[in-house]
Amino acid sequence: MNMMSEAAVEKALDKKMNDMTYKMIGNDVSVYYGEKRALFDVNLNVRENTVTALIGPSGCGKSTFLRTLNRMNDTIEGCRVTGKITLDGDDIYDKEIDVVELRARVGMVFQKPNPFPKSIYENIAYGPRIHGLARNKADLDQIVEASLQRAGLWTEVKDRLHEGGTGLSGGQQQRLCIARAVAVSPEVILMDEPCSALDPIATAKVEELIHELRANYTIVIVTHSMQQAARVSQRTAMFHLGQLVEENDTDKMFTNPDDQRTQDYIMGRFG
Amino acid sequence: MSTPLILLVLAIFAIVCYVVGTRRALAIAGGLSFRLHSRQGYYGAFVAICAIVPAAAVLVVWLVASPLYINSTIHDGFPAEVKAQSEAQQGLSFGMVNSLARGMDVLTLEEIDAVGANPAELRSALGAKGVPLAGDPEPWMVASAGDLNAMQKISNRVMTAIVLMVALAGAGLSYVRIAPRFRARNRVEKVILSALVLASSIAIVTTIGIVMSMLTEAGHFFGRVPAWEFFFGTVWDPRFAAAGAGAASDGQFGLIPLLAGTLYIGFVAMLVAVPVGLFSAIYMSEYASPRVRSIAKPLLEVLAGIPTIVYGFFALTSVGPFLRDISAQLHGLATGEYVNFIQAQSVLTAGFVMGIMLIPYVSSLSDDIITAVPRALRDGSLGLGATKSETIKKVVMPAALPGVVGALLMTASRAIGETMIVVLAAGVAARMQLNPFEPMTTVTVKIVSQLTGDLEFTSPQTLVAFALGITLFAITLCLNIYALFIVRKYREQYE
Repeated sequence: MNMMSEAAVEKALDKKMNDMTYKMIGNDVSVYYGEKRALFDVNLNVRENTVTALIGPSGCGKSTFLRTLNRMNDTIEGCRVTGKITLDGDDIYDKEIDVVELRARVGMVFQKPNPFPKSIYENIAYGPRIHGLARNKADLDQIVEASLQRAGLWTEVKDRLHEGGTGLSGGQQQRLCIARAVAVSPEVILMDEPCSALDPIATAKVEELIHELRANYTIVIVTHSMQQAARVSQRTAMFHLGQLVEENDTDKMFTNPDDQRTQDYIMGRFG
Repeated sequence: MSTPLILLVLAIFAIVCYVVGTRRALAIAGGLSFRLHSRQGYYGAFVAICAIVPAAAVLVVWLVASPLYINSTIHDGFPAEVKAQSEAQQGLSFGMVNSLARGMDVLTLEEIDAVGANPAELRSALGAKGVPLAGDPEPWMVASAGDLNAMQKISNRVMTAIVLMVALAGAGLSYVRIAPRFRARNRVEKVILSALVLASSIAIVTTIGIVMSMLTEAGHFFGRVPAWEFFFGTVWDPRFAAAGAGAASDGQFGLIPLLAGTLYIGFVAMLVAVPVGLFSAIYMSEYASPRVRSIAKPLLEVLAGIPTIVYGFFALTSVGPFLRDISAQLHGLATGEYVNFIQAQSVLTAGFVMGIMLIPYVSSLSDDIITAVPRALRDGSLGLGATKSETIKKVVMPAALPGVVGALLMTASRAIGETMIVVLAAGVAARMQLNPFEPMTTVTVKIVSQLTGDLEFTSPQTLVAFALGITLFAITLCLNIYALFIVRKYREQYE
C-alpha cells in the first residue's frame, strides 16, 4: 500500500466516522457491584470504524464500562447493570439476546495476554470451531492464516503453528490474543489495557495493529497511557469516580478539553 | 539430682541467661539499642542457647552411655559360675539384680541392716514395700545390687555436676562475647534453622527406617522362598504347617492372585470414584454459588474423615447383602429361579464401597486444581463467545488435566493400599478370575491375615507379610512419585 492510498483510506474512514454512525449506544448505564455503585448513568456512544479510548484514573469505572459492552460483567458475582446498551439498535441486555452470540460479535482482548495452553493454531481455531465458522480443515487453515496476518503475527509464527502459544513472548502472546479475537469476525473489539504488560517495542507493534484494525472493526480501548490514547484513538472518553466527564475528538481532548477535570488529568495534576 | 529436675534447672537458667544477656547488651550500647548489630533480644537468646544446648547434649549422651557402662561393669562382676550359664539365665540373674537395686533404694539403711544378709527376709521385706522379686536373691546378687546403686549414685552426681558446669561455662563464654558489633542475630537464626532442619529430617529418617526394617524382614523371606516364585507364582497357598512338618509343607506364595485382586478392586473403585468425583469437582468449582460451595465442600470432605473400618461395616452389613438380594431378584425375574449371582463379599461390593470412600479425595483434589486454572483463561474463552460448558470442556479441563491425572494417581495409590474395606468386604479366597460378582482378595488382606496369628516371626508364613508389604510400598511409592512429578510439571505452566 503506498502513502497516497493509505491517506485516502484514512480520510474515508474519518468521513465515515463523522457521519455519526453509532455502532453501540450506551444510555444511562449504571453498574453495581453488590451494594457499591461503580458507574453512574453513563451516556456514551461508540462510533463505527473508530478507535474510542477510555481514560481516567484507576477505579474510575472505565474497565467496568468496557465490560458492560459484551456483558463480561455477567461472570462477576453480584454485578448488576441498569440502563440500556444497544448494538446496531438491539438492546444487548434484552432477554432475547444470546450472550454467546453477543460476545461473538463483540470480542475482547484482556490486560494480561491469556493464550490458552494449546498450540498457536488451536488458539486461533478455538473461536471459529465453537461458532462453526469453518466448513472444513482448509477453511479453518485459511481463517487461522488470515487472522494471524491481520494481527501481524503470521511471518513470525507460520513455521511453528503447532507449538505452544504460551511459549511466545509477551507481545507476541498479546497479538495472538488479538488474532484469536479477530478469528471469530467480530464487529467490535474491546481492549482492556492491552499493552500494560508489554515492553515499549511490543506496545508499538500492538498500537500499529490497532491502527490497522480500525479499517474493519470498531475498537474500544481502555488505557492508562495518555500518549497511547492520543496515538491510537480518534475519540476519547474521560471517566472519573464512576462518571463520564467528557467525550470528545481525541485531538480536541488533548489540546483544548471542555472540562477542567480532563485538563487536570491530562496535564498530570491528579490520577 | 533427678533428670527432670536437671531439665527444670536448665530451663530456669536459660530464662535467667536470656534476661541477663539482653540487659548486658543494652548496657554495653548505653541503652540505645540501635547501636547494636542485632536487636537486644538476640543477644539474650544467644547466651541462653550457648548455656543450654551443649549442656542438654551432654545430658543426653550421658543418659544413654552411663547405663550401658554400668550394666556391663556389673555384668563383668558376676561370679564365674553364673557367667558359665546360658545367656537367658544370665539375663534373668541380671533382672534380679536390677529389681534388688531398685528395692534397696526404697528400704532405709536401718531396714537393710535389720535384714542383714538373709536373702529370704530381704525378699519379704521388699514384698512389703511393693517390690516383688522373682526368687530368693543370692548373697552375690545383693552385693551386685549394692554396687549397682553406688555406681548409679556416683554417675548421677558426676552427671549433674558436669551438666551444670557446661551450662555455666557456655553462659559465661557467650556472655563475654557480647559486643555492639557481635552478630548475635545471625548465630541465633542459624540455630533455629538447624532446629527446623532437624524436625523435617525426622519424617524422612523414619521413612527410611521403616523401609530398611521391611527390607530386612523381606530379605529373610526371600532367603527361604525364591524371589521368582513369589513375584511370578500364580498360586497363593501358604499352608500353616504343623510343627515338625518338613520344608515341603511350606506352601506356595504366589503374589499374582493377590495383585490381581488388588488391581481389580482398585479398578472398580476408580470406576465409581473418578466420574462421580470429577463431576462433583466441576460442579463445585465452576457452577456452585459461593453459598452452596461453602456448605457442600466441607460436607463432602467430612466423607474423607470417616474411618475406613466404618465403610467396611457399611459394605459388610448393607451394600453386600443388598447386592446379593437384588441379584437374586433379577435372576428370579429373568429365569424364575431365585439364585443370587452376586456374592455378599465380592469384588463389586468392595470396589463400590471403596469408590465411595475415594469420591472426596478425587473431588477435593481436582476441585483445587480446577480452581487454580487462571481466571484469565476462562475470561478469554468466554470473551470469544464460548459457552460455559464449552469453556470448561475445551479450556479449563485441558489446562487442569495434568493436575487431575496426578490427583487420580494419588487416589489410585490410596485404593491399592486400602485395607479395612477389603478385609470386610472382599473375601479371603486368593483366586484369579474375572467375574466381579465373585470374591477375590488383596495384598493388604493377606498381610493382615498372615500377621494376625500366633506364628513365630521366623516362618515364611509370617515373613511373607513383609515381602507383600514392601511390594505394596514400592507400587504406591512409584504411583505417588509419578503423580507428584506430573502435578509439579503442571504447576510450572502458570508461574
